[in-house]
Amino acid sequence: MNREADPFLLKPAVERGSQSLTQAMGAAVAHESAELHVSGEAAYIDDLPEWNGTLHAALGLSPVAKGRLVAIDVDGLKRLPGVVVVLTASDIPGVNDCGAIRDDEPILAECEVRYLGQPMFVVLADDRDSARRIASRAMEFVTIESSTPILTALEAHARRRYVVPPMHLIRETRPGATRDAIASAPHRLEDTLSVGGQEQFYLEGQISYALPQERGAMRVLCSTQHPTEMQHAVAGALGVAAHDVQVECRRMGGGFGGKESQSAPFACIAAVAARVTGRPVKLRLDRDDDFMITGGRHGFDFHYEVGYDDDGRVLGVEIDMVSNAGHSADLSSPVMTRALCHFDNAYWLPEVAMHGYSARTDTRSNTAFRGFGGPQGAIAIEVILDSIARRLGCDPLAVRRANFYGIGDRLVTPYEQTIEDNIVAPLVDRLVTSSEYEKRREEIAVWNVKSPVLKRGIALTPVKFGISFNVAHYNQAGALVHVYTDGSVLVNHGGTEMGQGLHTKVAQVVAHVFGIDLARVRVTATDTHKVANTSATAASTGSDLNGKAAEDAALHIRARIAAMLAKAEGIDASALRFVDGRVVAPGFDRSFEEVIATAYSERVQLWSDGFYATPGLHWNRETMKGKPFFYFAYGAAVSEVVIDTLTGEHRVLRADLLHDVGRSLNPAIDIGQIEGGFVQGVGWLTSEELVWNPESGLLATHAPSTYKIPTANDCPAIFNVALYDTVNVADSIHRSKAVGEPPLLLAFSVFLAIRDAVAACGLVRTDPLLRAPATPEAVLDAIDAARS
Amino acid sequence: MQEPAARPIRFVHRGAIVEVTDAPTTKSVLYWLREDAHCVGTKEGCNEGDCGACMVIIGSRDKEAPGGLALRPVNSCLQFLSSLDGKALFTVEDLKRIHAEGAGETLHPAQRAMVSCHGSQCGFCTPGFTMSLAACYEEHVAANTRPTRQAIADALSGNLCRCTGYRPILDAGESMFDASSTHVTKTRSSTAGSSIAHIDRAASVALLDDLADDPPLHYRASESALASLDRSGDGGWVAAPRAIDALASLYEAHPDACLIAGATDAGLWVTKQFRPMPKQIRIDAIESLKAIEWKNDTLSIGAGASLEAAWSALVAMAPALHEMQLRFASLPLRLAGTMGGNVANGSPIGDSAPALLALDATLLLRRGTTQRRIALADFYVDYIKNRLAPGEFIQAIEVPRLASGTAVRGYKLSKRYDCDISAVCAGLAIRIEAGRVVHARFAFGGMAAIVKRATQAEAAVLDTQWNEETLQRAIDSIAHDFTPMSDLRASARYRQKVAGNLLRRLWFETRGVAPLATEEVAVWPQRAQMR
Repeated sequence: MNREADPFLLKPAVERGSQSLTQAMGAAVAHESAELHVSGEAAYIDDLPEWNGTLHAALGLSPVAKGRLVAIDVDGLKRLPGVVVVLTASDIPGVNDCGAIRDDEPILAECEVRYLGQPMFVVLADDRDSARRIASRAMEFVTIESSTPILTALEAHARRRYVVPPMHLIRETRPGATRDAIASAPHRLEDTLSVGGQEQFYLEGQISYALPQERGAMRVLCSTQHPTEMQHAVAGALGVAAHDVQVECRRMGGGFGGKESQSAPFACIAAVAARVTGRPVKLRLDRDDDFMITGGRHGFDFHYEVGYDDDGRVLGVEIDMVSNAGHSADLSSPVMTRALCHFDNAYWLPEVAMHGYSARTDTRSNTAFRGFGGPQGAIAIEVILDSIARRLGCDPLAVRRANFYGIGDRLVTPYEQTIEDNIVAPLVDRLVTSSEYEKRREEIAVWNVKSPVLKRGIALTPVKFGISFNVAHYNQAGALVHVYTDGSVLVNHGGTEMGQGLHTKVAQVVAHVFGIDLARVRVTATDTHKVANTSATAASTGSDLNGKAAEDAALHIRARIAAMLAKAEGIDASALRFVDGRVVAPGFDRSFEEVIATAYSERVQLWSDGFYATPGLHWNRETMKGKPFFYFAYGAAVSEVVIDTLTGEHRVLRADLLHDVGRSLNPAIDIGQIEGGFVQGVGWLTSEELVWNPESGLLATHAPSTYKIPTANDCPAIFNVALYDTVNVADSIHRSKAVGEPPLLLAFSVFLAIRDAVAACGLVRTDPLLRAPATPEAVLDAIDAARS
Repeated sequence: MQEPAARPIRFVHRGAIVEVTDAPTTKSVLYWLREDAHCVGTKEGCNEGDCGACMVIIGSRDKEAPGGLALRPVNSCLQFLSSLDGKALFTVEDLKRIHAEGAGETLHPAQRAMVSCHGSQCGFCTPGFTMSLAACYEEHVAANTRPTRQAIADALSGNLCRCTGYRPILDAGESMFDASSTHVTKTRSSTAGSSIAHIDRAASVALLDDLADDPPLHYRASESALASLDRSGDGGWVAAPRAIDALASLYEAHPDACLIAGATDAGLWVTKQFRPMPKQIRIDAIESLKAIEWKNDTLSIGAGASLEAAWSALVAMAPALHEMQLRFASLPLRLAGTMGGNVANGSPIGDSAPALLALDATLLLRRGTTQRRIALADFYVDYIKNRLAPGEFIQAIEVPRLASGTAVRGYKLSKRYDCDISAVCAGLAIRIEAGRVVHARFAFGGMAAIVKRATQAEAAVLDTQWNEETLQRAIDSIAHDFTPMSDLRASARYRQKVAGNLLRRLWFETRGVAPLATEEVAVWPQRAQMR
């Protein structure tokens, strides 16, 4: 583990010469399941053949947001035709809790209901349709004394209702220096910003299928990013040991963070139902129920005060961040930590005081979503810098550049990690040139003068994103590699496949170690019986951690083979090369298959475990200081939009993205992540609006008919996406960089381009108020404000 | 009235005729595929016709169509099994032709392009996208045409992908027509390259012709199949008459029956609301009800005509409505749903009515043997309430020829450009002669419990000079015409303000001095203009 990178691997793929395309690291090979996807042969959990006797579960949901659950008429429910069993909290043999970090999240409501849509009971029937029809009548069978819910984060904040204690990340030259810097600055700005939440909208909804096993064991097929946590949650609910529970996931139809902690209640319910009935139980949520029950990205409200100089340099900044955590803690604490650790984004903040409040509201519990608080923290500073530029009457890009982290100095983040490879400035320079930012900005200004109804806007925003789990001990991974006697290879590791191409990249890493064709490597379902104690596939770390672990396992096997050949053939083991399906050394050249057959005969262990722990990480949760990140990933985007000043509608005309993935393991997959993350981020900041009924607390936007994620026509017509050619300074897998989350932040450029267009409606130095998402109504409100 | 003898639902699937005898009348095509036929390639993403993961292709016998078979993409989650009667069902499993004797597998060009362009990530939406692309491919290859990238995106308006950001899928849509740029990924024989997989029309046509002799559908699930189900509604029947007279007499006898055309809304009553639907009368087997024709100076749109066909006819008359057509739901929903259904449903945010009101449409109603006409402006009474008598149905929508010089506009406002429900939708018509307004129709959806005309705003402009002062009077009148509400789509304040602003947009486009061109008032002029 943690060995230095093979110098050979540091050469670009093209220089590595002799390897064929499908063997080379850095090859743009297709997703390992691509042909299965397009032919409908890729099996998701609901596609698997059902075991005989399978029961289908549906959930009875609370019709009110807050109240005392007085009674559930279980007998009445049981009398309905088609009902096999009805389960409530009292039927849970173990603990009625599936909280990710704190024990504050009941699997089924008990005594109180905490949000509209909270599961209260489970209906089991022979078919799913019957179960759903019966569960939909929940209101007729429950007695609830309802009380007034608190639905907005700001209201909860005013009442000091939090799911975890407030957090403070302060870095000052002396106590009180931030306040002083703001007070004595040449310019001062105080404002608020509201940024809405976001639904993951994975295309495959939450699903778990529990199969009772002998001696009290339970096997759960679960669409989850975190099989180990599901194993623990199910063991807790059943009151059994971890070794009694097996959780398996071949692939998810999307996760985006929504299946990290929040697959737990469904895994637990299916398992409890299977335990009680002794039959296989499948729980697949209807889309509307999925929206109502599970949380999404935290909406944030910001209040900030900034002091800055004539060049727009921030001298001091203090910010309150209030997130809408929902009814329970879930992952709100680490989400807030990451928000606080990303407020700096790419900028040196000499005096900074940040305060994070995770407000407890009577709504579904918000959770992980691609970026995990990072996007929320970083958008605040981007809006602040935009405001500073508008008030000073200069190009926002100039203000951004004035605040960039430095080279040599001005390199310490507020949490006291030193940035080792600040490439923001050269990356931005290259993008400014390739996108013709300066020229287009001038053209837009001229165009806007002549255009009475439509206005255009352009913005460039950078990204610096910290890679690693903020909690150091999550940064570990295991893998298991088998080489069979015919030379075919089976890989299993702790990461999960949700479409991001993790299995493809890990297979490439292993194929590379053995120098064999990718087709000879198969990656199998993630399974808690194979690799134990895994971390969530999250925080963009999937390939970093599991790629290294799988490489470690493969290198063990390769080393054993080399030792065997050295002994048997008298070859210098260090001279052996595994390449093009052959094992070669001066005077020695055999096929991989022949060598494997020999190794088997020589009783060499041809399978191995592998392990990896990211080196050098530490984090003090109390002081919020340390080295939480192994390295940073960078990027920048320029977007141009047009808005309609009569209606507030907008359209993205062009987007240019330049992103740093270190040395790419697979450019096709990496570009897919960059583009997909960008468009998903654009959805968050424009068309995706979550609306709750202000009285009842009903999530009114609980289906794709009312909650609008981008469609094909929302993909920018001109969309230039490029990888920034660089090598990771950290010893990551093949010197690549994580890519899952950072590109989502590139979408800030669209939001700020809309802001730029709105500013063009007002007088010079208009600093428009624009909330996110920038729906037509939000944009029209901002235009009205800019003009008044 | 005597009920005809029941018969099974019969359709073509995987090269054979399938007979359904024991499924409930409300069973969806999607659930039949996944639960009964064990074809699990077709996915459920939302169960409400918005995500497209369940997309299938329906083939209908049509002598005009290439090979005698018309193909259209359909959301299988919304369709009841009875919609397949006499039709051919193609799913993602049909695209990849498995050659005999181990000759290798050949992907359909849409599949091949999706692989080579990296068009799938999590893969869950992929079968649906592949089916939409395949439908697009089959249509264009048969016609020897190639769609633009924009047209491909329009054809994908009913498919949601959360992973890719769509660029590689659009690339795939372009490159699937370009045989040289795609790679046959598995070539195990020399025949693989020469026989590009496609939907085999001839084989399906032969089987469909066998079904052509079936009597009109009258289906009832077998008693044994229903015994275990607590679905009071599903013990009923579904009938699909083939003539308007038969429909009229059947509906008169059963006025409590639910009329089903494309089921684009009725499907949701079952999948999401579990409404019982004991009696269904399908109107989609009545060819004469689908006719769109000019009768003297009136365009008659049969109530069974698809939304796509109906909008095309309206756009031919008023080209500026093209954007409304493109933004009305999605292509598969427009191909399944009918304008008659949209009008009869009478949602205050239905997007047909504003344009039809602007065009002074009249409805031809039928009950038994009696016909009557009613102006659309008089049709709606209150929220989802209209003047149809029990047993009465819309037979046709009649639109008078547009007086020359009339400017017609359709403006739709929603959070997302495609496949969204309007916050506000305007159908506007105005004719100016010698600077004076001689005709004005300002109809709005999303502003009241029904779609209706802004009569006071119309009065404010009629017989006056079309100038900024007049415009302002019209805008001020909007506040008297409507008291909109706040909901998840927009606030009352926004609706009120933007309704006036849409009149301003109309004025910008039609004012006598320096009128603005479409590209000066629309963020997406390429789509606002007829291509």
